[in-house]
Amino acid sequence: MTTDLGMPSRSPGATGTAGVPHLTDGTALTKKDFTSDQEVRWCPGCGDYAILAAVQGFLPELGLKRENIVFVSGIGCSSRFPYYLDTYGMHSIHGRAPAIATGLAATREDLSVWVVTGDGDALSIGGNHLIHALRRNVNLKILLFNNEIYGLTKGQYSPTSHVGQVTKSTPLGSLDTPFNPVSLALGAEASFVARTMDSDRQHLTSVLRAAAEHRGSALVEIYQNCPIFNDGVFDVLKDRTEAAARILHLADGEEVGTAETVVVRDDRGSLDVVPRGEADPARIVRHDISATDPSAAFALSRLDSPDLGHVPMGIFRNVQRPTYDDSLREQIASARTGEVTDADIDALLAGRDTWTVGA
Amino acid sequence: MSAKLVQKLDRVVIRFAGDSGDGMQLTGDRFTSQTALLGNDLSTLPNFPAEIRAPQGTLPGVSSFQLHFADHAVLTPGDAPDVLVAMNPAALKANLRDLPRGAAIIVNTDEFSKRNLSKVGYAESPLEDGSLGSYDVHPVALTSIAVEALASFTDLTRKEKERAKNMFALGLLSWLYTRPMDGTEAFLKAKFADKPDILEANLAALRAGFNYGETTEDFAVAYEVAPATMPAGTYRNVTGNVALSLGLVAAAHRAHLPLFLGSYPITPASDILHTLAGLKRYGVATMQAEDEIAGVGAALGASFGGALGVTTTSGPGLALKAETIGLAVSLELPLIVCDIQRGGPSTGLPTKTEQADLLQALFGRNGESPVAVVAPATPADCFDIAVEAVRIATTYRTPVIVLSDGYLANGSEPWRLPRTAELPDIVVEFATEPNAVDDKGQPTFHPYLRDPETLARPWAIPGTPGLEHRVGGIEKADVTGNISYDPDNHDHMTRLRQAKIDGIADTIEPLVVDDPTGDADVLVLGWGSTFGPIAAAVRLARATGARVAQAHLRHLNPFPANTGEVLRPYQRVIVPEMNLGQLAMLLRAKYLVDVESHTSVRGLPFQAGELADVIATAVASVSDVPLKEAAK
Repeated sequence: MTTDLGMPSRSPGATGTAGVPHLTDGTALTKKDFTSDQEVRWCPGCGDYAILAAVQGFLPELGLKRENIVFVSGIGCSSRFPYYLDTYGMHSIHGRAPAIATGLAATREDLSVWVVTGDGDALSIGGNHLIHALRRNVNLKILLFNNEIYGLTKGQYSPTSHVGQVTKSTPLGSLDTPFNPVSLALGAEASFVARTMDSDRQHLTSVLRAAAEHRGSALVEIYQNCPIFNDGVFDVLKDRTEAAARILHLADGEEVGTAETVVVRDDRGSLDVVPRGEADPARIVRHDISATDPSAAFALSRLDSPDLGHVPMGIFRNVQRPTYDDSLREQIASARTGEVTDADIDALLAGRDTWTVGA
Repeated sequence: MSAKLVQKLDRVVIRFAGDSGDGMQLTGDRFTSQTALLGNDLSTLPNFPAEIRAPQGTLPGVSSFQLHFADHAVLTPGDAPDVLVAMNPAALKANLRDLPRGAAIIVNTDEFSKRNLSKVGYAESPLEDGSLGSYDVHPVALTSIAVEALASFTDLTRKEKERAKNMFALGLLSWLYTRPMDGTEAFLKAKFADKPDILEANLAALRAGFNYGETTEDFAVAYEVAPATMPAGTYRNVTGNVALSLGLVAAAHRAHLPLFLGSYPITPASDILHTLAGLKRYGVATMQAEDEIAGVGAALGASFGGALGVTTTSGPGLALKAETIGLAVSLELPLIVCDIQRGGPSTGLPTKTEQADLLQALFGRNGESPVAVVAPATPADCFDIAVEAVRIATTYRTPVIVLSDGYLANGSEPWRLPRTAELPDIVVEFATEPNAVDDKGQPTFHPYLRDPETLARPWAIPGTPGLEHRVGGIEKADVTGNISYDPDNHDHMTRLRQAKIDGIADTIEPLVVDDPTGDADVLVLGWGSTFGPIAAAVRLARATGARVAQAHLRHLNPFPANTGEVLRPYQRVIVPEMNLGQLAMLLRAKYLVDVESHTSVRGLPFQAGELADVIATAVASVSDVPLKEAAK
């Protein structure tokens, strides 16, 4: 049996930070306000530094009260992130941050809740929590730092490492087929999925901005370099010439492609990247981030290849649907009949069948 | 009105037994409600298979519900039924060994077909081969009489009519024990409000059963059990799981905290999720999580945000939650973990009771990871223990594990309703101001600066300006809460966390000993759901002249401060447990007292008679006063 929930879900177009207290009276925060007094302890050259700087630089833009921002992380190098931000934060346990953040977001509408996780934390030990947070569409912003390796445990392969990758735990090469985090998220009904890169601050910031704006779960995969155990894995995307040939920019309403190539769709719906000169204009893919059907976004995510020949970059999907936390609050609000009094609790305890024994 | 004889009894134990699909739990439940409203004291024991519908008519498919009611205080569901209602041969066979000679058996003869008999290995019908000669057998064609009574319901199939046989049986038993049926009629009206046909059929079957008792010559006597003398007050009947749910809601209300439950379905804890999910009106938020770990994780996240985070589970789930409970120990946040224990290890006996998670609750985490552990003694005590758990969790900012079990969860008893306004005060104050000054003389916040009395750290929730801070599972420096790998600091913090939990003993009630003669040499000490059977056994033993003291632990970590003093004077201390001696091991280790274990892990509560023998033997060994023959 199903029932009509009969609730207006939060008005369409509500932003991710609706309900979170904003700064008033013209005050504004700066990057410094979001920098904690803790010494940052990542390895020199780690991509996490750039992401931290971008996040610290971006947060003031939200105009939120600092005390209403919370970062929750799991375990791994990336999960040290909350210590370096002067907000509320929790460095939790391996893989569980999405579950913990769900409980927090469900009970506190007035918080902007961010999850920082890595490829091992989110996709291996915490895979279950990640897909269920996305399915429920909890209003969380999940930053998944993907360096395709386990860093904190010193160099074992991760669920995004390539087949054949030689690591400490795969001396003869990894046998596992990797996850594509974007495909996984889309398959898990994610309402917002994007990919960006540690070294492209401008792009990273623009994606963070859109994620924060989105009401619901936002999964942001961030390609991040581990200089110690998987150095240079994304270097081809950082070289200007190589990047221009490989990165397929995703912009809503625009053709998907590079300066030289463009993505076309064949009769069976599969996508391919062809030189612009050879493309049938009728088959050129125009990106629609708000398409209800995630198939097109999923097809774009499948253009990835292990050699990074084509890498779609940007927002794959950004659609509105009711969030779990808003809906839960609405269910409670519509069930309530006012402030709960002692008499209400007395009546609840008594239930329907009571009898009285005289003194 | 009946012209039949009415005889007074002081107590009766009835067991309803049938196929899993026969509605025995509902029948038992309704009979219990009718009995409660009459003012008898009572105790119930539902016993059902883990399979939802085991193969029909087989021994593994038998589901039963036992009720003990009396005109005096009742402590257990009763060792042996006075009356067995057996709906089929399997129900008869599975329960016969529990019946004392002379017990009444009301048996549904319609189900005693060759096929059903052979399913359970009866070569001949026990109703005809004389094997039940020492029982008072009442053969009743329950199904066909019920179907006959519904002859006028032409729109119902035979199958639908047959389904009303449990109501016919309930009607018959209601007549036999002079129970009013208006409560059940009202219940049926609510349940089948939108199925008028089914409602009328059930009501007709119920009345037909009652009338059958009144008219048939097979039942010569009806019985009455007078109301019990109970303390003045308003009562309801309540199961442990419902009482626990209500206790959580009432405690959250007293503490002015929103209640958040993160839970994954597991037997026998799921009814708490079901109950709380229906209480959104009271501001209760429930989330059915993707797994046990997410259930406790979401609860901890809610606690971090200033809610009362609760998770509910059974033993296997507690194992999965262990790492998150360890995080809560490190974060020093309130968290309520309800473990409704069942038979283990592994999947074990999902629907049967056991209390073998005690050591898991105390020690089942990595590192030195102390948490408070409490255990309710009776179904109604689940309410009080929930309130106590919330008091401890919020006062000391600690996880509290509540160890209930399947027996308490599904069993029921009358509960004298408390007044909400008179429940213990639970005062929760969130931190609002900086509590320290930094080296530049600026106000700052130290998240691990403790209350000198309770050693609790401040609960500073997100949204509080100026108190922004980070917590985590890595060891923290004392006071500041910054990451610290310093050896001395870790030693200090480990001892502080332990001292905080030990200090809870300062605010819990001392262990009380019940020793009417004041000179007992033997103490029986229990914890959790064994309270009823132990108290009943002690009552039986005392009736034979045995001088025996009883005490019962509701706090398992820390123990009440006087526990050692209580134990030491006795020549013998008997500790009955439904495990292999877990509390006994703790007591021996902590107090160097040579306590003796008496254990049973049969998935069922102790029988009072069996425990009484253990007690009598112990008393006899240290006393030269001869005991009377045990009163049966």
